[in-house]
Amino acid sequence: MIKNISNLGDAALYCDFGNEVNKSINSQVIKYFKTIKEKKFKGINNLTPSYNKLIISYDLKKTNFKEVKNYVENIDAKESQDIDSKKLEIPVCCHENFSLDIKRLEEILKLSREKILENFLNKEYFCYMTGFIAGMPFLGDLDENMRAQRLETPRVKVPKGSVALTEQFANIYTFESPGGWNVLGNTPLDVFDSSKEDKPNLINPGDTVIFKEITLDQYKNLNE
Amino acid sequence: MSNNYLDIIRPGINTTFQDKGRDHLYHIGIPFSGAMDNRNYLIANKLVNNKLDIAVIEFAYQGPHIKYSGERINFAVTGDVIFSIKKKNNEIEGNCYQSYQIENGDEINIVSTNKSVYGYLALGGELDLKSQWNSCSINTKANIGSNDGKKLDEGQRINLKKINSNKDIKKINYINTKIENIRVMRGTNFDYFSEKGKQIFYEKEFIVSKLSDRMGMRLEGPKIGNIVNTNIKSEGLIKGVIQVPADGNPIIMLSDHGTVGGYPKIGVVASADYDRLVQMTPGSKIKFKEINLSDAETLFKLYEMETQNLLSQI
Repeated sequence: MIKNISNLGDAALYCDFGNEVNKSINSQVIKYFKTIKEKKFKGINNLTPSYNKLIISYDLKKTNFKEVKNYVENIDAKESQDIDSKKLEIPVCCHENFSLDIKRLEEILKLSREKILENFLNKEYFCYMTGFIAGMPFLGDLDENMRAQRLETPRVKVPKGSVALTEQFANIYTFESPGGWNVLGNTPLDVFDSSKEDKPNLINPGDTVIFKEITLDQYKNLNE
Repeated sequence: MSNNYLDIIRPGINTTFQDKGRDHLYHIGIPFSGAMDNRNYLIANKLVNNKLDIAVIEFAYQGPHIKYSGERINFAVTGDVIFSIKKKNNEIEGNCYQSYQIENGDEINIVSTNKSVYGYLALGGELDLKSQWNSCSINTKANIGSNDGKKLDEGQRINLKKINSNKDIKKINYINTKIENIRVMRGTNFDYFSEKGKQIFYEKEFIVSKLSDRMGMRLEGPKIGNIVNTNIKSEGLIKGVIQVPADGNPIIMLSDHGTVGGYPKIGVVASADYDRLVQMTPGSKIKFKEINLSDAETLFKLYEMETQNLLSQI
């Protein structure tokens, strides 16, 4: 449930569901997100669910904090009907051309490259949210011994398709972007496709993702 | 094929098509985008008898040099902009906030903005642009919107699919005012910062850095100390949020911002001050003044009334 609602500036509600990161809190966030999205309350123009927060932004010309807060407090957030969660296999190539931060990860985690890949690949990760850049999935949780901090100085350009880690999370850079996560490999799949306006994201909150290793040759073939 | 079109002789530094922006997409990672300075965008459309929500040409610093071909059309430039109009062998200096008529072969040369960042060029008609998610606004980072999501390029041709029949010349007296202080509300992580850090935030001057664009405005100055954690679990952002990463230099989220972020939020800019904030050039001094939510709502009402009042005079 929502523990506290405050204002984020004068045009957004900050709904706090707690500080822990787990599926149960995240599914509460998603439940509110879906309910409010379906109801189309006057003036609400964006909803941003994350691990344990929901930001509701609104058009200050049409409504205000008090109105939206009152609406959210009295909402009956039902279990969403559309259970369309998918299980997806994402091919990833961890050739040295792509695993830009493997040395750094080996040092920080005190694990060999082989061990890092073994720990990372072929496991189920839950998609908590998408965002930062269009379609970027935030996946978790990595094993305890796989958790590294962000780079001290973020890269100006992380290549498109990069599969990267930070703390208990993995993500995929859907296009070239600045970023500070530890890059482990690269997927040839288009994880974001703006030509599909209905469903531009391959991976959506609630989905399960498994990374499967491919060779450089397979990568090149898939990238054709 | 259209008989009325623009040829881009020189595109300018960061010239894009922008309209009202696109909403309901934060959850998939797509920001609002849209014209940075909303008031100047609306005035530009009104001056040429357009619907207020259609796409115009937004430029930053140096604008485009354009050659027009086709039947007579109106255009107007808003902001604080230096530009000229070339008709046959005659070149005249243009004034912002009034519409002009141009004919086949005439040129508009937008030399630069003056002590401001963004300006707007509206033509009396409708540009033939692809809309994506109900908006033509270009997001160059994600390559979303019209023009394949890319900024305007030299040599490209832009067609007009419609020209307004009402070609009345319109004018308004308006000067872009600067404000001394940017008004802010406390951010949701205000208590992450040291007492000294909070004091610095409200009392010291910051300088707008060169590393500023449609995504964000980076500030330099005294460092803001953090006593809790320089990272938070990523969560949603809106435009105007001021994040402070580990280096202690604030970053203000602007219209093309990342939809989530993991740095503590010290403040949020009042909506009433956003149009003027985005016009601050690198090197400008910026000072923050704390207000509460109710003040911010009142300030926005006043700002919006002023905008509507300006529009009604056109």
